[in-house]
Amino acid sequence: MHANVHVIGDATGQANFKALHDPFWVRWGLVGVAVGFIVLFLCVPLGLVLYQAFSKGWQAYWTALAQPDAIAAMQLTLVVALITVPLNTVFGVAAAWAITRFEFWGKSLLTTLIDLPFSVSPVISGLIFVLMFGAQGWFGQWFSVHDIKVIFAVPGIVLATIFITFPFVARELIPLMQEMGSEEEEAALSLGASGWKTFFLVTLPNIKWALLYGVLLCNARAMGEFGAVSVVSGHIRGVTNTLPLHVEVSYNDYDVIGAFSSASILAGLAIVTLVLKSFLEWKQARA
Amino acid sequence: MSILLNNISKNFGKFAALYDVSLEIPEGELVALLGPSGCGKTTLLRIIAGLETPDFGRVLLSGEDKTEQHVSRRGIGFVFQHYALFRHMTVFDNIAFGLRVKPRKERPTEAFISKKVHSLLELVQLDWLADRFPDQLSGGQRQRIALARALAVEPSVLLLDEPFGALDASVRKDLRQWLRNLHQELHVTSIFVTHDQEEAMEVASQVVVLNQGRIEQQGAPADIYDHPANAFVSKFIGQTNIFDLSETESNWLQRAGILAEKPQGIFAHVRPHHIDIVKAEEASGSPVTLKDWQHLGATIRVELFNPQHNGSGATLFAEMPNERFKQLNLNKGDRVAVHIKQAHWFN
Repeated sequence: MHANVHVIGDATGQANFKALHDPFWVRWGLVGVAVGFIVLFLCVPLGLVLYQAFSKGWQAYWTALAQPDAIAAMQLTLVVALITVPLNTVFGVAAAWAITRFEFWGKSLLTTLIDLPFSVSPVISGLIFVLMFGAQGWFGQWFSVHDIKVIFAVPGIVLATIFITFPFVARELIPLMQEMGSEEEEAALSLGASGWKTFFLVTLPNIKWALLYGVLLCNARAMGEFGAVSVVSGHIRGVTNTLPLHVEVSYNDYDVIGAFSSASILAGLAIVTLVLKSFLEWKQARA
Repeated sequence: MSILLNNISKNFGKFAALYDVSLEIPEGELVALLGPSGCGKTTLLRIIAGLETPDFGRVLLSGEDKTEQHVSRRGIGFVFQHYALFRHMTVFDNIAFGLRVKPRKERPTEAFISKKVHSLLELVQLDWLADRFPDQLSGGQRQRIALARALAVEPSVLLLDEPFGALDASVRKDLRQWLRNLHQELHVTSIFVTHDQEEAMEVASQVVVLNQGRIEQQGAPADIYDHPANAFVSKFIGQTNIFDLSETESNWLQRAGILAEKPQGIFAHVRPHHIDIVKAEEASGSPVTLKDWQHLGATIRVELFNPQHNGSGATLFAEMPNERFKQLNLNKGDRVAVHIKQAHWFN
């Protein structure tokens, strides 16, 4: 009797396992496909970038990075990010605040428009600025009269990058601020705090990790953007080439070390971004 | 500080939340805004606070028109239903917030703030929680901290939105008593919103009954219970049996010997404790039987059934003290004679 019960128990255990788990070959097949895909499309290219960059040794790597054009490209990339990211941080917070705290006409339209840069091809985004500010563009006449260069110059690159990266911060903040509601802010106001104090003492501490996360993604894209910047930059070496453009120009010149050493900088940026991103996600989950 | 509301109206889109509400609250009262959900009571509270602006009408605090004044300058304390404690601050910092955000000239010293916060923590009997964060507290503790935070700026009006709504029944009972005592100690004009008539009757010195954006009645709890202004108030405050005399021949209650007075309207509202029952004589012919009863502690609620009558009045509830019910010595299914001592009449 006792043994019988035991056998039945075991059998149901087996049945349970079989009922809840897919067969061996399905499970390992799926894992194999996923891992294989990641290795083939992410790890191998990354390894190849580093392999090519160092194929002629450290010395050649450093020499390539120390070229004036490469240094100028890095500087320009930093300048563009330094202008773009703070502007889009302010814009993102303002937009998230407006959308989650106020009722106004056209609110859902604004919410949709914030996503526009995600849905438009970057090349089109670049062309928009050429059409507006280029020599034949709407405002081109006015700018050339006043001797201001926008297209094929740094201002155009900044404008295109702002356009491409403006959704990142707002996209991170809107769902969080919607979920938080405005009761804490109302409480702060009722206690006599001004709008600014309420923002800095109550709202900002609650959204800081999400805000940093948005800023990080915004920065990664600002430094890595190719399509839109390529259209407006004009590819003037040492002047309007950002790092991604410098990679392309070097590669087209058969300067393999130059192209891949610059690419390794961008790859390094991506890895740092990923590490910081995981850290912020972990922080946000705990906050 | 006295509160005067003049002809307040508020619409949300096409929904009229408040319709021409006027209300006067004398200084030092503890007032309950009572009504079913969606009746506009929270909107009214938020308008007094300045968290909403009325479409029409004026808000006067101590005789001064404050309708256009920003919430941060009204000198009100607001306690939110879900506490709205600052989650990234300790209990101490939460309570100190209102003092620390004052303009530099009015801001007290840290030493004064610390003293004030600790005295408030003692007032709400939670001094040992100063270094905790809000998510480490129970609901009742959070509510008391929220109250201490609101009191820190010494508001002239205290507004509480469903202050006990999110708490366990037992904690709620304790806090009601506590709030009443606190009000007697501080004497600050206070308004709280509730949908629980028992809570309103127990805590408030004045009750304002709201329904569908209008004030139905305002008065002391006893007044409202004993002299409901209309059928809504009678139904909403306490239990009531409703007899619709338009459904039936209008004098049946009287003829059945149930009702002592002549009908004075179409609807008779009868409180359960105004119904008296005795065991029916064999010959009396009373059709009413005792269906069931429930023990409510000190009182017994008796469910009566009248098989000759359908619609309103087919099932009646009577309430009486425990001892009285024991003396009657009734069992389920016994026929009883019913006597209505008092009714409120409405048309």
